Amino acid sequence: MWPRLEARPERSRVMVYLTPLVAAALTALAGLVMFGALGYDPVEALYVFFVAPLTTSFGLSELVVKATPLVLCALGLAVGFRGNVWNIGAEGQLILGAIFAGGLALWAGDANAPWLLPAMVVAGMIGGMAWAAIPAFLRTRFHANEILVSLMLTYVAGLLLGYLVHGPWRDPAGFNFPETALFGDSAMLPALIEGTRLHAGALFAIVAVGAVWVLLMHSFIGFQVKVIGLAPRAGGYAGFSQARVVWLGLLCGGGLSGLAGMVEVAGPIGQLHPQISPGYGFTAIIVAFLGRLHPLGILLAGLFMALTYLGGDTLQIEMGLPRAMTGVFQGMILFFLLASDVLIHHRVRFGPRRAPAPAPTSTPEPETGGTA
Amino acid sequence: MDGLDAIAALLVATIRAATPLALAAIGELVTEKSGVLNLGVEGMMLVGAVAAFATAVATGNLPLAILAAMVASMLVAFLFGVMTLSLMSNQVATGLALTIFGIGLSAFVGKDFIGIPITSLKPLDIPGLSDLPLIGPVLFGQDPLVYASVALTVAVGWFLHRTRAGLVIRAVGENHTAAHAIGYPVIAIRYLCVLFGGAMSGLAGAYLSLAYTPMWVENMTAGRGWIALALVVFATWKPGRALLGAYLFGGVTIVQLHAQGLGVEISSHILSMLPYLATILVLVLISRDETKIRLNAPACLGKIFRPDF
Repeated sequence: MWPRLEARPERSRVMVYLTPLVAAALTALAGLVMFGALGYDPVEALYVFFVAPLTTSFGLSELVVKATPLVLCALGLAVGFRGNVWNIGAEGQLILGAIFAGGLALWAGDANAPWLLPAMVVAGMIGGMAWAAIPAFLRTRFHANEILVSLMLTYVAGLLLGYLVHGPWRDPAGFNFPETALFGDSAMLPALIEGTRLHAGALFAIVAVGAVWVLLMHSFIGFQVKVIGLAPRAGGYAGFSQARVVWLGLLCGGGLSGLAGMVEVAGPIGQLHPQISPGYGFTAIIVAFLGRLHPLGILLAGLFMALTYLGGDTLQIEMGLPRAMTGVFQGMILFFLLASDVLIHHRVRFGPRRAPAPAPTSTPEPETGGTA
Repeated sequence: MDGLDAIAALLVATIRAATPLALAAIGELVTEKSGVLNLGVEGMMLVGAVAAFATAVATGNLPLAILAAMVASMLVAFLFGVMTLSLMSNQVATGLALTIFGIGLSAFVGKDFIGIPITSLKPLDIPGLSDLPLIGPVLFGQDPLVYASVALTVAVGWFLHRTRAGLVIRAVGENHTAAHAIGYPVIAIRYLCVLFGGAMSGLAGAYLSLAYTPMWVENMTAGRGWIALALVVFATWKPGRALLGAYLFGGVTIVQLHAQGLGVEISSHILSMLPYLATILVLVLISRDETKIRLNAPACLGKIFRPDF
């Protein structure tokens, strides 16, 4: 008897919150199988990946450090995703934010300036928004697909950063390494806990969660985003502007990703170099979905996905497994999440289809025939 | 004579740079014609590239390596099919997931193969013909996958527009409800098209790691999968134009590579932006005319088909 899917009359609220947990559990299960197949003790490897990083205060502070840019980027992306605006260039917008904020910090040098940090925050957000404005303009003016444009710009942003740190912005005293001089003290975010890398950027993430929550859940424009996302035509009849939603989605994504870039270079990094982000902007896409495009969900999902970075590191240090494991796990989580999302709109049924005249024996399911 | 040789070298290089784009774009074109938008081309190409390279290192058998790439990419494409067609997940999100997964998986599998040399896919050498000036190297001195890309483009064009099966695929992409009502197995047809797209992405990946740059580097596709997606739009879903667009992009890549050799005083970082900027420019130019896109794009592209139970 094959299980089959039956459409629910309306979407299941329970499943909306349950599927991220189902996805995490399935990922852990797949991890067990994968580690076992590779010849490692699966339970130990899973422990090292998911639990060991949380057992030290260093690990916990690092978790927050890594979750901060993820949450910031994902919050911005969620605004767009809700309105069916597919900004997948958060990585590039993050890099531009880092370039703008970092450029300001380098220009200020060692000057003791209390205005510098706030100015860097603004510069970072402007940098990200400027980069996101390109796909927004090309989409609203020329109907160019924002997915492809924002992604292409990510490659351009990486090359721009490479150009700057290999060329005009290279530290003359840096032994020819492709990196800028270290920022001055007044360009660095203060540490929240002495002795750790935990810095004030985490507070930005918390504030952003609140701000996006108000925007999405308690503002008229947030309602417009939702309507345009769910039913563009209904939104059109109500007089809501599709172009406004595109601009809002991309500018929120760009601004917050730019802020994430500023937080990274003014927090844990302290200079510009080509590898300022291990793909935070792409992982943020997963964070946004895992968090159900809800600010609070994104906060939790950001912490969880930060764990996959830490887990990859500890796995490499303690068991010699490659760090690429992180990417495999991240991909699997999103896969399992999207797959289990089917349960929101459907329920799994065993047994014969409910028919006017119930048949005593099971019948095959020709219509669903999905395994061609 | 020297000038002729230089032109021949440029043309050969252009065609080589264009071939992975053409292969991936033709595959995605068929997938999209059936109404499925698979944004996972980049991930499938990487999986194909690493599968081909690993097989080549292990066996030294290049045809087997190409086959392995196609099978590996079809497997991940099948995963995409299960998710979007059977489990009805969002195609955009699932495609992104496939790319993220492909990048991670290929990096994981490939870490043992970094820095290992292989014998690359050799160009044909037809005595006499291959030695002709200009047309010799360009027409008769390419490797088998280059010819395959041209042959497959012609075959797909003929198949989609001149056969009954091609008509059915287009019907499914234009109006899945009507196609279903007539009795065509919409989901099964889409599975086949997704698998074809996977196989072609695998070929494209194999071309990269066996012929274009015969080595394994993490993330070696460098956005070519995404450029292939843009090419499909640029081609307004016509195979011949996709091939033409691929050659155009190959040309841009080669201009970028050779500009420095010609004494252009621009940073290599700036020059490397050219293919990506060209992609954006081309997208804008083609999308500007909204009716043109609407007339040519499969009407059900990206839409989920729910067979009424």
